[in-house]
Order: sequence, then structure tokens, then C-alpha cells
Amino acid sequence: MKIAIKNGRVIDPASKTDKALDVLIEDDRIVEIARKIPVRDDFGVINAAGCLVMPGLIDMHVHFREPGREDIETIYGGSKVAAKSGFTSVCTMPNTDPVIDNQALVRFIKLEAEKGPIHVFPVATITKGLRGEEISEMGELINAGAVGFSDDGMPVMSSILMRRALEYSRMFDVPIITHSEDLELSDDGIMNEGKNSTLLGLKGIPRESEEVMIARDVILTRLTGGRLHVAHVSSGGSVEIIRRAKSDGIQVTCETAPHYFSLTDDAVSENLSMAKMKPPLRTEEDRTAIIDGLRRGIIDVIATDHAPHSTNEKMQELESAPFGIVGLESAVPLIITVLVRENGFSYLDAFEKVTVNPARILKIDRGELSVGKVADLTIINPEEKFIVTAESMLSKCKNSPFIGRELYGSIEYTICNGNIVYSGK
Amino acid sequence: MNSLKRKDLLDIQSLSVEEILLICRSAKYFKDIFTRSVKSVPILRGKTVCTLFYEPSTRTRISFELAAKRLSADLINFTVATSSVVKGESLIDTVHTLEAMKVDYIVMRHAASMAPHFLSRNINASIINAGDGFHAHPTQALLDTYSIMEKRGTLEEGGLEGVRIGIIGDIKHSRVARSDIEAFKKLGARVTLCGPPTLVPDDFELYGVDISYNLDELLPELDVINLLRIQKERQKGSLFPSLREYHRQFALTVERFRSCKNEVIVMHPGPVNRGIEIDDAVMESSNTIINEQVTNGVAVRMAIFYLLAGGAPLEEMNAEQRGTLENSN
Repeated sequence: MKIAIKNGRVIDPASKTDKALDVLIEDDRIVEIARKIPVRDDFGVINAAGCLVMPGLIDMHVHFREPGREDIETIYGGSKVAAKSGFTSVCTMPNTDPVIDNQALVRFIKLEAEKGPIHVFPVATITKGLRGEEISEMGELINAGAVGFSDDGMPVMSSILMRRALEYSRMFDVPIITHSEDLELSDDGIMNEGKNSTLLGLKGIPRESEEVMIARDVILTRLTGGRLHVAHVSSGGSVEIIRRAKSDGIQVTCETAPHYFSLTDDAVSENLSMAKMKPPLRTEEDRTAIIDGLRRGIIDVIATDHAPHSTNEKMQELESAPFGIVGLESAVPLIITVLVRENGFSYLDAFEKVTVNPARILKIDRGELSVGKVADLTIINPEEKFIVTAESMLSKCKNSPFIGRELYGSIEYTICNGNIVYSGK
Repeated sequence: MNSLKRKDLLDIQSLSVEEILLICRSAKYFKDIFTRSVKSVPILRGKTVCTLFYEPSTRTRISFELAAKRLSADLINFTVATSSVVKGESLIDTVHTLEAMKVDYIVMRHAASMAPHFLSRNINASIINAGDGFHAHPTQALLDTYSIMEKRGTLEEGGLEGVRIGIIGDIKHSRVARSDIEAFKKLGARVTLCGPPTLVPDDFELYGVDISYNLDELLPELDVINLLRIQKERQKGSLFPSLREYHRQFALTVERFRSCKNEVIVMHPGPVNRGIEIDDAVMESSNTIINEQVTNGVAVRMAIFYLLAGGAPLEEMNAEQRGTLENSN
């Protein structure tokens, strides 16, 4: 089966290509990229006029809640949401119940993912049982298919353990993905510490709770020669620490989430628990610093930290409601609206954060649009304007602070392994 | 200004200066009523008030209950031990249950900041915030404001223009402090917060207040001293090293009291830790209006019920109209 994608604008950040080109795929591979590909009778044709044709997007940070909380999301259901959102590859975080700390569970995720439309790359835990006491069997976990390690949701508070994890993982050349938070400094806080937390009388989480741990971890990375990837960077101070570490030649990469470049902690009084996540939304100054970090390449990746929670769990007083928001379905529209339209990013600069950059960090053969590569493609109409509604969301959980917001950018097609797994038509 | 055009009373921030003054002036009327022989009026007959307290409280709950009874409302009292909330039904379900029983007013106290705001968006009954977390305690701030204006004799012209008010103690964890600051600032007072930096964070400057760590320097300047209760458990979090040292630095002692203005007003929202925030002898002084605050609390809460029910401003009524209000069935 061949499909010709005609008349689109190809955006391939890996090769810095931004050109009007046709793309031909055959079975699960990209076989030809050219100005004009003549259509034959046995071709399927997608008319991508006015659309961006990109490598299938990668979200290296999602929570699909399976095993354990299949009532709120599953690997299959989450994969469908990802496909609708333009993502052909995701990394599932291991803080499920049970936690993904052994090879059998990594294989379980891979097996469940085979039923779904997209590629799922499991991240396994840094420490057994997410307890922060002993490192997991990293070699076994990698053999089973893990692409990185993270105790996401919980920081590795012990410095010696983090040292060992960075040291031991060197022989596999995989990223240690950190949830950087000093829990003692967070002190049971629930939103950013600052003017808004003072006004609302809510316990604050100082930015320093994140920055102190990132500083510790880059210093330990320098000591060990390991590979550090900092998850969900939210503060300007963190961007500065990572900038310095990079300029010192330390092997550190990092990601931020769309909400950190789209919202500030002003959203808490309006959206209440729908604006509660960890790390918390910060100030306008931080938001600007995050955008600047993305522009200068200090922040390598945009990942959603897609965190479904049921309505019942979120319909509680702020203090009791869980941390986290869903992010897959609003990710591309926020990148287009906030980064490209409002902040003048080129498509190449904006979308390298969800294609080639995460692929290189994870060392997966994805995120490139060139001949011979897997036929994972995302076709986006960047001019389409819409208002986010709960009804339009495929995700079972609607815990999004973006409901009601007007955004640009719709997913027209998602193609994974040469199959059309989502069509907006 | 016609009554309060709002469903809920959630915080001071959302009240205008006119609304604050309307509540205070109406409170004067209700105080006159129940300090006379007539203790109750039939204004809320047929209405149901529920006090829903997720945190222990005696004076605030009793004050609200007395206010409701003196307005002839039907009253139910729902006291929830914090522990049963953990295993029991959610806040929203509890309140939906109350609403299904056609409760008109829910007076609630909750340990979680913003809990009443969250509820007010999801139910139809009127919510009156009796204290949420560290966030707001609007009725306390209104009764404090009323008490200062009454004592200074400025209730009629209104305002606290130029009045120097010091709030002393644990500001960071105090809903009373936040609401007091907002009310006092709205009425034109100059407010200084005083306590150790661990309990008086710089972020409070956003309210347009001064911050002092030196009570001795501050006291001679003040027209009003508002002392807050110090929670003994804060010592465990190393927010101050000991009660003894706190007393040394920030208590209103007899010696310090001598440096104050003669007409200074001394307030405390209660319950008082005698010998910690304030010395006994100062408690007994005629400058201290702590008991008057309690009396005024009932009057202010009556005024709030009355105005939320759509009651017209009492100051614009003549004696006959007010008489009708008191005697109507």
C-alpha cells in the first residue's frame, strides 16, 4: 500500500527542511520525498495543501495510569488520545500501581501498546518500588524495552543514590530523567510560592525546591559522567542552572511542558484544582524565561506530562485534589498559538522539541522525515482556529485548564507505521 | 446602596468599601436591638442556616448560631471531625446533601484555603465563609473594622483614614491577618505587620503594608494593636525557637504597653494565650476591647445574614419601618 501526501509544507527539524514537498510512503516506510510525485492509480492520496507535514510527534512524558488506575486511563485509551493529538510515539512514566520496576512489567506495557495505534516506549523506575532506596535492575529493564529511567512523581531525595544511578547507567548510555524537587522545601505546598499563594493563603512551593535539586543533579552528573534529563522545568532559575551546566560541558538535557509557557499562577484563583500540578505554574517572569530557554535551545524538549485525573478527584478543595493536568490534546495547538504565533518561533525551532530532540535523547529511531525512515507522520493545519471544549476532548479525563481557550492548529492526519491512525476529516 | 447584591460572602477582597461600611452600619442597628431587652427579630423566619464546621471552633460557630437565632432562622449544626472527612464523603457531596434538604445559608469553616470559593461555584445556597485555611476570615475582619470604628467614634463618617494599625504575630499562617489587612487597607488605614521574618514573609508587601521586626520601635506609633494568636505547633517547624523567646520579642508586656499612646486600642481575635501574646495586666486595661469584639461579632453576623437576604439599608429607614421589621411575622 502506497500513500502520497501531496501539496504540503514539509517541516523536518532533523534536516532543517522547510519546503513544499510531496512525500510517498509504502507500507511502513518513507520511500520518496520530492517536489512533485506523480500519482498512480494504486496510490492513496492525502491532499495536504495548506498543511504542515511533519515527522510523527514524540511526547516523552505521559501518564497512562495502567496498570492500576485503568478506570481513568489505559495504555490503549491513552494511545488513541495521543494519535488524535498528533503523537506517534510516547514515553510512559513508571509511577503506576504496581510501579514499572521489573522486566515483566515493561513487557506488559509493550504488549498492551501493540493493541494501540502508536509506539509506546516505557520509562522504568530509577529505584526499586519507587522507594528511593536501591537502584532498579537497569540492564534487565533495558533488555525488556525501557528507554530511560525516572522516579517521576517522586524525587530521588538521596544524593548518594542519585550518584549511583547516574554512575551505573553510564554503561547503557540512557537518560536518568529527574523529577527535581526537594520535598522538604516543598513542605506540602500546593502552588507556586509568591504573591498569589500569599493572597490565596495556600501553602507555597518555592521555585528553589526545584532549582536546588537540579543544581545537585547537574553537579552529580559532572562527577559521574552520567546522562541527566530534567523533566518538566518550570522556573527561570532552573533554565539558568541548566544553561550554565551545558556551557560547562555537562551532559544534561531538559524538557518543559506547554502549560509552563502558556500559563502563570494567576490561573489558580480562576481554575482552582484544574491549575494544580507539580511543579506548579510560576510567574510571568518564569513563563518568559521558559520561552527564552526554548528559543535559545537550552530547553531541548516539550513534553506534556499528560496526567489524567477523574472529575471526582479534581472536584475537591484545592488542598485535597491531586496534582496534574491532561496535556496531549492541547499540546500542538499551544505550541502553534503561543510559540509560533505569539512569540515568532519558526516551525523548525518549535517542532524540533517534539521530534528530533526527544528522539536523540531517547536514542530511538524516530522523529525524522527522510527516505528509509519509519512512516510516522503528522499533518497539521496551523491556521485552523477553535475553542477547546470538554466535549471535543477524546481523553476520558477533562482536567484541563485550557477548556474555553481559543487556540490555533488542528491535527488533520496522524500516520503511524504507514497506517492512518487518526483523521480529523 | 441597596443591600448586598451577592449570593455569598467569601472574602474581603471581593467587597467594595461601600459594602463594608453598609455591613458595619447595619451591625450598629442589630447591636442596639440585642443589647436592649428585645433579643430577637423575625427577619429570617422560615429560612434555614447550617453551620458546617470542618475545623474546631467555639466562638465563631456560637457567634453565627446566636446571630441566626436572633434573626429567628431555623438552625442546624453540622460539626465534622477532621478525621471522618478523610474516610467519609467528599466536601462537595456533603454540601449537595445539605442543599437537597433546602438549606438557605451554609456557614462554613474549612482547613483548606479556597474551599468555600470552590463550593460557591457548584451550589445554589448562600455560602458564608467562617474561615478557610490561611486564606480568609471575612466576618472577623468586618467585626474588627466595626470595633475600631465604634471605639473611635467614626462609624458615621466611615473609614479608617490615617489610622495606624499594627498586626502582631504569625501573619503567614493567619486568615485573620489577610482579611484584616484587606479591610483596613480598603478603609484607608496604614498597616504595619510585625513578627519574625519566618512568620512575616516579604510577599506580604504586595498588600501595601509596612513590615517591622522590632515591636519596641513600632508600638509608640500605633493607634490600634491587633495581636494574633501564636500556634504552639509552629515551633516544631522551626518558625521560632521557643515561646519564651517569642514572648521576649513580640509580646505586649506591661513595660511595652507603657510606651503606647494613651488612647491605643488593643485587640485580639481570640482565643488568647495569656502570658504569651499579651500580659494579664494589659488584658485587664480599659484600652483592651477583646470582649467587645465578641459582642460586636454577633451584631456583624446578624447584619450579614440580613443583607444577604436582601434586607434594605437600615440607616435609611425611619423608626416606624424598623419597628415593623422587628415585629413582623
